[in-house]
Amino acid sequence: MEGVEDASNPMMEEMYVNGIGGVDEAPSSSTSTTTRKNRPIISGEQLDIEAYAGLYTGRTKIMRLIFIADHCDNPGMQLEALRMAYDEIKKGENTQLFREVVQKMDGRSGPNYSMDATWCSMVDRKAEQRKEKLENELNAYRTNLIKESIRMGYNDFGDFYYSHGALGDAFKSFIRTRDYCTTSKHIIQMCLSAILVSIEMGQFTHVTSYVSKAEQTPEALDPPTVAKLRCAAGLAHLEAKKYKLAARKFLEVGPELGNLYSEVIAPQDVATYGGLCALASFDRTELKNKVIDNINFRNFLELVPEVRELINDFYSSHYASCLEYLGNLKSNLMLDIHLHDHVETLYDQIRNKALIQYTHPFVSVDMRMMADAFKTSVAGLEKELEALITDNQIQARIDSHNKILYARHADQRNATFQRVLQTGNEFDRDVRAMLLRANLLKHDYNLRASRKL
Amino acid sequence: MNTLEGLVTQIQGLSSTASDVSSLQNFLKKADDSLHAESTRLLAFLDQLDPSKHSLGYLYFLEACTAGPVTKEQASSFVLIISRFISSCVAEQIRLAPDKFTSVCKRFKDQVLLLEEPLRGVAPLLTAIRKLQSSTEHLTTLHPAFLLLCLLAKCYKTGLSILEEDILEVDQPRELFLYCYYGGMICIGQKRFQKALELLHNVVTAPMSTDNAIAVEAYKKYILVSLIHHGQFSTSLPKYASTVAQRNLKNLCQPYVELANSYSDGKIADLETFVQANKEKFENDSNLGLVKQVVSSMYKHNIQRLTQTYLTLSLQDIANIVQLTSLKEAEMHVLQMIQDGEIYAMINQKDGMVRFLEDHEQYKTCEMIDCIDSSIQRLMTLSKKLTVMDELMSCDPLYLAKAGRERHRYDFEDLDNVPQRFNI
Repeated sequence: MEGVEDASNPMMEEMYVNGIGGVDEAPSSSTSTTTRKNRPIISGEQLDIEAYAGLYTGRTKIMRLIFIADHCDNPGMQLEALRMAYDEIKKGENTQLFREVVQKMDGRSGPNYSMDATWCSMVDRKAEQRKEKLENELNAYRTNLIKESIRMGYNDFGDFYYSHGALGDAFKSFIRTRDYCTTSKHIIQMCLSAILVSIEMGQFTHVTSYVSKAEQTPEALDPPTVAKLRCAAGLAHLEAKKYKLAARKFLEVGPELGNLYSEVIAPQDVATYGGLCALASFDRTELKNKVIDNINFRNFLELVPEVRELINDFYSSHYASCLEYLGNLKSNLMLDIHLHDHVETLYDQIRNKALIQYTHPFVSVDMRMMADAFKTSVAGLEKELEALITDNQIQARIDSHNKILYARHADQRNATFQRVLQTGNEFDRDVRAMLLRANLLKHDYNLRASRKL
Repeated sequence: MNTLEGLVTQIQGLSSTASDVSSLQNFLKKADDSLHAESTRLLAFLDQLDPSKHSLGYLYFLEACTAGPVTKEQASSFVLIISRFISSCVAEQIRLAPDKFTSVCKRFKDQVLLLEEPLRGVAPLLTAIRKLQSSTEHLTTLHPAFLLLCLLAKCYKTGLSILEEDILEVDQPRELFLYCYYGGMICIGQKRFQKALELLHNVVTAPMSTDNAIAVEAYKKYILVSLIHHGQFSTSLPKYASTVAQRNLKNLCQPYVELANSYSDGKIADLETFVQANKEKFENDSNLGLVKQVVSSMYKHNIQRLTQTYLTLSLQDIANIVQLTSLKEAEMHVLQMIQDGEIYAMINQKDGMVRFLEDHEQYKTCEMIDCIDSSIQRLMTLSKKLTVMDELMSCDPLYLAKAGRERHRYDFEDLDNVPQRFNI
């Protein structure tokens, strides 16, 4: 029945000896006869859904499971994800999601996972009653004008709506508590609730604004809260494709996070998101200082050894193995609810970075060796290099005859002359055009004025 | 009868000194209506006047008698008379009646066109412009007429001589539009795309309050020339362009904008099918020739791009990358571009390789220094002009009144020295 083999131990990890047969330095074009053998790389296997789902709680767990079901092509895996989502929803009160999941399963998982109409109507009825009760309570509080009680009332409403999947109403209720907050602790609670709902809604602009609101509270925040806010800000930046800022935020997440924020993000995610964003956007020194030498972040990286390895490989210029790790991780990352949109871009950027870094120290590079190092063909490499040169990311030119890449050191003097002449011409042209336009305007204006007189 | 003869003697008598001429001018102004009334008989009197001495009187007579519609036969005799008049008249006298002079010249242009001999009008109109304009910066109403004749007569070189002068003063916006549009076409004819772009750019970005057919046509050509010259086109107009232009031009030139989009994809085949599909539209605008140039320019730009990335490249690869069908064709393209100085390269026929070289200009020669120096001089005069203009503007009561009134609308610090209310 089960299409997936039993999960292999997720923590199975191999200690890598860095560089077999002598530590190899950065590849040099003349003598880079790399003696490294192919290291075995794990985690190419299919995502272990159970272990994955175990990292999360609450609504995000359900949403992630549904996301996996929607985006993977393996029917066994789909069903497994849906079944787990089904079980998880049954624990909660969200009947709408329940119906969705049942519809998606379409009776493929037997009678145990069929439409449970009685459960639905029971939950809905209970919800009605609870809503009425909450409304009565809130009205009572409001007539009594007890601030704290009103706040609690709205908070309860928010929780109620959230658990029933009415995210918009939940957001509104949480925001309403704002007027009744008396201490900064309340404000932070309000912000965190708002952030949680906004992330679920995919409204990342709200996330940013509430993160900054929370950070502005006068009292010092406790470390877990800080870590949570960093995560939320990182997610918002990631969603806005600001990878560098996202990387910075994720790197600042403190070890206090633990599993405290499992309703949004797991520490493993912090490592993956942060690591990939950093690789794609940081330069070498920043990578070294902020990622590799970052003791905080190292703890996170230990959770995802593949990412740790690939960052180290990247830094020590073992691009082939780095890219291999990336390739293996890709299918799983594509199933991540936050990262899947960005995987392609990040991968492209990382690959380009690697190419640029490889060529950087040399005056001339043998393209055959470079192709070897990147596990690609010379023709393919030539295409990639061409694109990068056209984009002005590598200052070099290709000797296609001998398959050698020559660095190009721009002649500053000539370039300056060229630029000066060009700027002069542009200025000349612009000023003349401007004078002409001014004259026209003046003419037009005079005409109108004289007509008026 | 008497009045006309009297007028002729008046003209003969009052054409020597400047004060005489100005009193004659008043006199003629009053007689203008009666002249027009008797236009048919005037031709006979013209012989009694000498265009080189009695230019003003001659002008009035000539203007009156050409006012009516003309037949082809009349036109050919008028063309002779007017071109003789233009070449011999005195500049000071005709400038007293510029509108008469321009209307005579415009009729002259119409007559030349009627005779379908535009070439005959080119030289006289050039002389006319020179006599009419007070400085070379002045755009007369004759400029567009002259350029039109140049275009029709295909003597682009003569047209260029006028276009090389900077125009800063404008009488009529419409003249400027036409001047720049025709000028752009002449520059295109001479393959001076940079200058053409500049002129067309002036049309497109000129202040205008309504849609303008000239601007639309100019924008079409602007897109095409920009593609030929730069290999790219940005659809957004600069901020200083009028809102009308920014809003409407793109919609009115849809096929051209699409052409530019398809160009930017860099696929020759797609571009060609697009051109084929829209051939009729381009033909109706009589831009098909330019469109074809756009297509062939794509090869050039693609080859030029290669020089940025490669040191050596085989002809076969060039043919593949640039999507040329054969090796031979690639070689021809490269060869042509080397000849035109568009790329620096050498072809090694033995291996079939092309070796791209750097620009060998070292900026060390005297000529280069001269060139830079002249550029600097030019810019200095220009910026002086700019300052003068700025000063004039900031003393202009009309401007100040307007700026003062609209002060609340802008919150610029620049306006702080503008008084709140300005009483003249």
